[in-house]
Amino acid sequence: MGIELQGITKTYDSKQAPVLSDINAEIQDGELFVIVGPSGCGKSTLLRMIAGIIPISAGVLKINGQVMNGVSPKDRNLSMVFQSYALYPFLTVADNVAFGLKARKMAPAEIEQRVNDALSMVDLTEYRDRKPRALSGGQRQRVALARAIASDSKICLMDEPLSNLDAQLRVQMRAEIRELQRKLNLTLIYVTHDQTEAMTMADHVMVLHDQQVQQIASPLTIYNQPANSFVAQFFGTPQINLLTANTAGTQASPRLTMTNELQLDLDKPLAAGTYTVGIRPNALSCRPVADDDGNATVINVETLGDQTIIEAVLDDDTEVRIVEAGQVHVALAQRVLVTALGPAFIFDETDTLIAEKRGLQDARVVAVN
Amino acid sequence: MENATMNRAMFKRRLGKTAKYTMLLILALIIIFPFVLGLWTSFLPSMDIAKGALWSSHLSLNNYVAAFTQTKILQYLLNSLIISTLVMFAHVFFCSLGAYAFVFLKFKYRDQLFYAVLATMMLPFEAEVIPNFVTVKCLGLLNHYSVMVIPFLTSAFGIFMLRQAFLQIPRDLKEAADVDGLNHWQFYWRVTLPYAKISLFTLAAYSFLGSWNQYLWPMLTTFSDHLRPVQDGLRQLQSEETFNDWDMIQASAAIVVIPTLIVLFIGQHYFKSGLNEGAVK
Amino acid sequence: MLESLPSTKKTQPTSSHEPQAQPQVKSPVASFELRKNDKYYAWLFLGPSLLLLSIFVFYPMLRTLYLSLFLTDNFGEPTVFVGLQNYLHLLKSAPYLASLKATTTYVVGVASLTIVFGLLLAAMANQKLRGIEFFRTIFTATMGVSVSVSAIFWLFMFNPTIGVLNQVIMFFGHQPIAWLTTPGWAMVAVIVTSVWMHLGFTFLLFFGALQSVPKSLYDAADVAGASSRYQFWHITLPMISPTMFFVAVITLISAFKSFGLIDLMTAGGPTNATNLLVYRIYKDAFMNGNYAQASTESIILAIIIALITLIQFKLLAKRVNY
Repeated sequence: MGIELQGITKTYDSKQAPVLSDINAEIQDGELFVIVGPSGCGKSTLLRMIAGIIPISAGVLKINGQVMNGVSPKDRNLSMVFQSYALYPFLTVADNVAFGLKARKMAPAEIEQRVNDALSMVDLTEYRDRKPRALSGGQRQRVALARAIASDSKICLMDEPLSNLDAQLRVQMRAEIRELQRKLNLTLIYVTHDQTEAMTMADHVMVLHDQQVQQIASPLTIYNQPANSFVAQFFGTPQINLLTANTAGTQASPRLTMTNELQLDLDKPLAAGTYTVGIRPNALSCRPVADDDGNATVINVETLGDQTIIEAVLDDDTEVRIVEAGQVHVALAQRVLVTALGPAFIFDETDTLIAEKRGLQDARVVAVN
Repeated sequence: MENATMNRAMFKRRLGKTAKYTMLLILALIIIFPFVLGLWTSFLPSMDIAKGALWSSHLSLNNYVAAFTQTKILQYLLNSLIISTLVMFAHVFFCSLGAYAFVFLKFKYRDQLFYAVLATMMLPFEAEVIPNFVTVKCLGLLNHYSVMVIPFLTSAFGIFMLRQAFLQIPRDLKEAADVDGLNHWQFYWRVTLPYAKISLFTLAAYSFLGSWNQYLWPMLTTFSDHLRPVQDGLRQLQSEETFNDWDMIQASAAIVVIPTLIVLFIGQHYFKSGLNEGAVK
Repeated sequence: MLESLPSTKKTQPTSSHEPQAQPQVKSPVASFELRKNDKYYAWLFLGPSLLLLSIFVFYPMLRTLYLSLFLTDNFGEPTVFVGLQNYLHLLKSAPYLASLKATTTYVVGVASLTIVFGLLLAAMANQKLRGIEFFRTIFTATMGVSVSVSAIFWLFMFNPTIGVLNQVIMFFGHQPIAWLTTPGWAMVAVIVTSVWMHLGFTFLLFFGALQSVPKSLYDAADVAGASSRYQFWHITLPMISPTMFFVAVITLISAFKSFGLIDLMTAGGPTNATNLLVYRIYKDAFMNGNYAQASTESIILAIIIALITLIQFKLLAKRVNY
């Protein structure tokens, strides 16, 4: 049955534009559904509407087929993990986990059982009598998880649960949350601004931007077939290169001219006009050439050990990022010839993906001499 | 069936809202009723007040005219304004200097001195009026503005509060100032004071109000109408008037309270953040 | 630079609930070099405050203590050393014990009612409702009222013949109450007036405390299924307990020092029913000329207030809730 969002809209002030408009989605039972977007895109608002903490302005929210609009949070039978963890500073770890169960007047024995189970599941049994301020960030995070586990609801909402942790811990917790979700067969709605979390954890990803859904798909689909240039830019590091292109060539061999120097051969002709071509940095390549040769000048080189990120300015002043595997030695101000190897995405004026070119065989971005 | 739960939830919310507003209104009424009644009766003729009437067809400003012409209420207000303003500025100045010394200066017995100052916070002024009265009498300060200013130029509370505020100033700032060659006075004036602005304003408001509300001390030390501050002045009016002469007293009380209410409502925003922070910190 | 002024409230969410940080005397800037001219600056900066505190706080305290060990003449000069006789005499004197009892009734009544109503006002004002700002403003209104004005407003309401309270009582067919001339009712009247006076500031403190409770705690409780009543008892109260304690202490101290209200409303009467400690000190010293007894009473008052303050410091050191 899952969770259905039908035309969900949020307006705070009738005079102002909605902060979320017409959100539609279907979240399956037992899946990990990630809502991702830049800050201020309304992702936390959406999560709070699902939780029932803030009212829905328009649209219908169904959980397991039941309309939930206006139903109070406690009757929605879900659990939630907050960005700040929302731990009660005056209660011990165990009492924090037991808080909701006590509020629901559950039998003490049952509470004890659930608290113990939840704490052992997150490895916090020995910390049960500590106050939150005596715990590290990662341990506090686990208390918040334990609280969600103890509630025994099949639906769990998480609002940027890892954003207060350091990078290493975040990687570890990502895996733990994923594992927990599978073990408990939770329907987990997970809000984050971090595309890596979305890519690594999700069964399905909803990309939110400009108050609207940009795309809902599996992580790989989002990477391989971004619905528009925003999605293309949001996923993948370093960021995708977006180049302006114009139609050129003949009917028989249609082309897109990105700059005077880079062109893309097309299978089918496109309507005459201006397009945006997206090429991921690892789908570009460059090689050093003589000073009066090539089509770009290197302006910055970052060596990461296993890969090298080269920033170069094409001769028409467009900047591109190129990722080369391994350790490449390129000098600053070196002239290079930039060529393309991999897939390219073609977006029309409304930034919508209209064509996608895969690999060397059928897509070539070539330097023109 | 689905809509039933929805509607019930909405109905409950609306009912709760009405109850909340009713409660708020009742509480607001209780709070402002004494004001409203006092202000209202100040417009009634004394004949009607004496009868206990709450309504009259002869509303007028006569009581105010009488209060202004027959009492010294304006003089009292002016006295209080002068005294409280002096106390406020002096208090902030001396307390901030003292606090600065406890935070940024190193000297012998600093901690012991601080403990001594802290200890005086526990001693109520009310328990010390007898020797203090003798002191100001010997100093020849009786019946003078200075008697209501000099004992309140500084306070342990003010020093303590500003010390807490100055402790928040990053040490880097002082070190940077040392590198730039600022002396203590310059650092105090150019960095410390601007940095702790909110706490200074809070202390200023606190000391102004404290001075304004002084009652026992001016009552003991001031005897002339032209020096009397407002609390004592109202006391004087209250005791001089015959029992049923409420008209002039209510008008005088209104004259005193209206300016403070206006200041309070204008300063509302500041009060809420500033005073709260200052008092709770 | 002023924009970067750190609001301690925001940067230290956990400590924002502590009323006044624990006085710490550990030198805060220990690494500063002990420079020669610091000493002169110290004298310059601290001198005026120390001088004033010595004259108007330290000396009078010692002098009061000294006087309390003597008998005094009409000019307040000590005559015969009597040791602790004054204290023993006072603690056995029925009028003084009655005054202590009245003061206790008064301060406990004022502090408890102020807390209950202040919290009620703050809780009501801490809701998201249209026009709530208006109510918040009203609730702070009594901060702008001084002792004399409050006393005058309430004296008028408590007036036996023309006061609005008796008019209401009579409207419902009951006998009017002699508010300020019946011992029990006089105490009620001064307590009510005092609570009303304290409400504005108390409201402000509680309101600030409520606002600083992170909203996510309530959101979490909402989702976990706690009713709003349960949330009030199990989240709000524990979270604001330090403020509550702080309010209790300052209200207690302020009530112990009550003078103006008593002077204006009851003059300690009827039959000494509202003859609170400070008013008694004033009468003994400046009306009866019994300086030795007044000094002894002053020392007892100082001890009581010092004890309350000490308890506050001690408990703050341990923190009240977490």
